[in-house]
Order: sequence, then structure tokens, then C-alpha cells
Amino acid sequence: MSHDLQPLLLTFYLATVTTIILLAIGIPVAYWVAYTRTRFKPVIETCVSMPLVLPPSVLGFYLLLAFSPQNAFGHWLEQWFHIRLAFSFAGLVIGSVIFSLPFMVHPIQASFQNLPVSLMEASRTLGKSDLVTLFRVLLPNMKSALLAGTVLSFAHTVGEFGVVLMIGGNIPGITRVASIAIYDEVESLNYSAANFYSMVLFAVTFAILLTVYVMNKKWIKAS
Amino acid sequence: MIDIAFNKTLQSPTGQFWIELQTGIERGSLVTLFGASGAGKTTILRMLAGLTQPDSGRIIVSGETWFDSTKKVDLPPQRRAIGFVFQDYALFPNLSVRGNVGYAAGKGDGKWVDELLALVGLTAYADRMPPTLSSGQKQRVALARALARKPMLLLLDEPLSALDTELRDQLQDDLLRAHQHLELTTILVTHDIGEVFKLSQRVLCIDQGRITRSGTPNELFLQQRLSGKLNLAARVLAIRREEVIYILSLSIGQDIVEIVATDDEVVGLKVGDKVSVSAKAFSPVISR
Repeated sequence: MSHDLQPLLLTFYLATVTTIILLAIGIPVAYWVAYTRTRFKPVIETCVSMPLVLPPSVLGFYLLLAFSPQNAFGHWLEQWFHIRLAFSFAGLVIGSVIFSLPFMVHPIQASFQNLPVSLMEASRTLGKSDLVTLFRVLLPNMKSALLAGTVLSFAHTVGEFGVVLMIGGNIPGITRVASIAIYDEVESLNYSAANFYSMVLFAVTFAILLTVYVMNKKWIKAS
Repeated sequence: MIDIAFNKTLQSPTGQFWIELQTGIERGSLVTLFGASGAGKTTILRMLAGLTQPDSGRIIVSGETWFDSTKKVDLPPQRRAIGFVFQDYALFPNLSVRGNVGYAAGKGDGKWVDELLALVGLTAYADRMPPTLSSGQKQRVALARALARKPMLLLLDEPLSALDTELRDQLQDDLLRAHQHLELTTILVTHDIGEVFKLSQRVLCIDQGRITRSGTPNELFLQQRLSGKLNLAARVLAIRREEVIYILSLSIGQDIVEIVATDDEVVGLKVGDKVSVSAKAFSPVISR
């Protein structure tokens, strides 16, 4: 019996796009939070960590309200950019990025804070800008944190359900990701399809996490 | 000529204290900052490097203003022509020995990197990664890296404190050679009096953030010149009674000596005490 592969492909596509965007956003955010001395640091840290504890449906609900063309932000997007985020793939990506942000930021931020300050100071006294220092000294010395952030964000996006359901719904090929498909198949008592999707997610998640731990062990040995 | 005058309030475990420094350093000279730990020596060095900001004052190096609180000038470390050797060396673990030095020298300057590696005797280790080096080798890499940018001012923060005596001696020679070779103005932080004597032309004694004394090492530390008396600082390791006399085991520098002591001398003395041993020495014998 063959199953529709589309939800799985969509899931991994969504996770890949989300992870790439998160890498681009997560490194600067983690860098800033790690080194800033502003009084508002606790507020920023709270905002980044909120998705860890907030029910996904709450986040999804507010995003849905924001994206809705009946509200100011959604209206503005539609008027100026002709974009409608509610029940669209782009909306899912934005939701996933916000939802998985702490999984990218936390390991990287911790790693920045654990690096000896003298590494950065040495690079500065050698005349290198902060950007050069970041790419040639800091990031190469925190590979395992970068890997952890990438993998956790990817895996977390694969496993996401609540936010997707709220802002994406269940549109085949656009927003019907694997976790939604599993729920949907169970609802219609189609256990064999649900089992298929679940098995694939189970196996992929296991493989990804295993790779991380194996790589980490290698890097720890190497250093 | 380096003209320094700055101050800064510091929080230390023993309470607040002020760093207040005013001095001039001649071009090409090697000056040591000598003092106990916690005296503010490292902070002084960091302020010169631009890693710590003074509360007020000025730093002018060869006519170039690096810091001036009244004119609101504060050059970042990148724009100060300095080389800084950190106490923990701060080598980049992801780069090889050559990579570390080359990072500082910039692209397309392979010859200069070779020259530096040769100067510190590390040509054979160019491709090794920092975690595989001994601390003496790491120290040399840190020195070569600090020199790579051809700085006007070389700042060394207790660079030799983690090394054993023999290695330390060797590296002091390296340091002297590099200093003479490149004619660099050098400021060295240390709490080792031997290092002060061997390396520096001028020493600033720092206590509680202030210069308490300054001058040549001879002027400062050899007050009783040619007194014909040998005066050694020692620590008591053991006190033993034999018949009518006492035998004291003392640690003097890196050596252990046993000397005879009388009843009066031993009264109140206990293991661990610091004592001073003096002897008349009209014609001490010196041999290799």
C-alpha cells in the first residue's frame, strides 16, 4: 500500500528553510545577548525563551490574529506586499522560526559565554574587527554548539504541531506537514497511514540525534 | 616617547582602590611593572591596550593620542599599534602555529611569518595545533603572534609566570633578543625580581595602583651595595635538635640548605616562617 509522501517532504522542506533562517538570525542574536551590557538583557532573554514554555496554540493564535487581513499588520502586508501569511507556507516558516528560536540561540549563546574572553581580546589587539573575530576565531571554536543549535532547531520544527495547526491549517501541499497528517489520519481511523508517517519521523529523529552525539564525541576527542 | 597619565577606580576583594599612574616611557626601552598580585599591574597594561577604559586621563604614544578623556578620544585596541601577550597566551585553538602568527600578520606576508617563527625557534612546529604544544612553546607562539603586527608598543602580562625556572631563563633570553632585534618599546608585568634584573632598564614598583618607587633595578633593589654582607631571604622547612645545637633546613631561592643555629635564634621560630640569613662575605667564591 503506498502512502502520500507529500506531508513528509513538506515537513523536511519547512524544517530546512526554518533552520537556515534561524542560523542567520540566531548567531547575531546569541552574540548580542551574550556580550551586551544593557539593562534590558533579561527582557530580551525572556522574549527569546518564551516559546519554550508558552503553549504552541497561544503563539499560533496570536500569530494568526496578526497575520489576518482583518487586522492592521495583516492588512498592511496585503496592501503593500500582496502577501497573505495566514494559511500559507510563508506564514508557517515565520511561525516555526519564532517557535524554534530558543533552540538555536541557547546553545550558541552559552558557547559564546564559555569561550575565554582573552580569545576575543587577543584578536582585537591583533587589529581584527569584531566581524573578522567572529568568523575566524569565535565561530570555528564552537562547532559543537552550532551543530547542536542547527540539529535541535531542525528536529523541533519537524515535531511541531500546535503552531502549524493554528496558523497553517491542513492544506495539502501547502501547510499539511507530517505531524498534522498523522493527526488527520488518526481522526479518520486510517491507522496504517498514521503509522507510516510516525515511523518515518521516529527513525529520522533518532538518526539525527545519534549523528549529533557521535560528532560531539569526535570533536571532544580531537580538541 | 609614551606619555601616560590616567586613573581608574577598581573593585578588589579587599575593597575599592584607585589606580593613579603618571609616567613617561622612553622609546625602545624595556620597562617592568613590578609588584604583588592584585596591585593593579594587569589593569594598567589593559588600559594601555584599550581593553579597559580609564576613568580619566590621557595616553599619548609618539605624538598620537590613544586616549584623552577631556577630548573624548578613546582608540579601540584595533587602532592602537600594540602587541599583547596574555597570561593564558590566548592562542586560537582552531589555527595552527603558523595560522596563529599569520592571522596577525595578514595575508601575503609569509616571509615575515617565517622570520618570526625562526626568531622564536618554532620553524619545526609551524603546522602543529596549539593544544599539542608545551607551555613554553605556546608562550613563544604568543610572543611571535604579538610581534607579527609590527607594533610600536609590546605589552607582556606575566608571560613567564607559568613556566619552570629553566624554561623561564631560556625564554627571558628569547625575549631580550626579540627586544633588541626589533627595538620595541616593551612593558612587562612581573612579580619575579630576577626577571626585573635580567630584562629591564627601568622598573616601576606598583602598589595599590600607584608607583611607589621607580628607577633602574640596581638603584631600587641593591641598596647596600658592596657592604660585604650577604643577605638572603629564606623559608624554614624543618627545625631539628642535635646535641647542643639546632640544625635548620631552609629553602633559599630554588635551593635547600642546612645551617647551624643557636638556642636564641630558634626561640619562637616555626616551620614556614620567613627569615633572613646574613653572613659576612669579604671574598665570596664564585664558580660556574
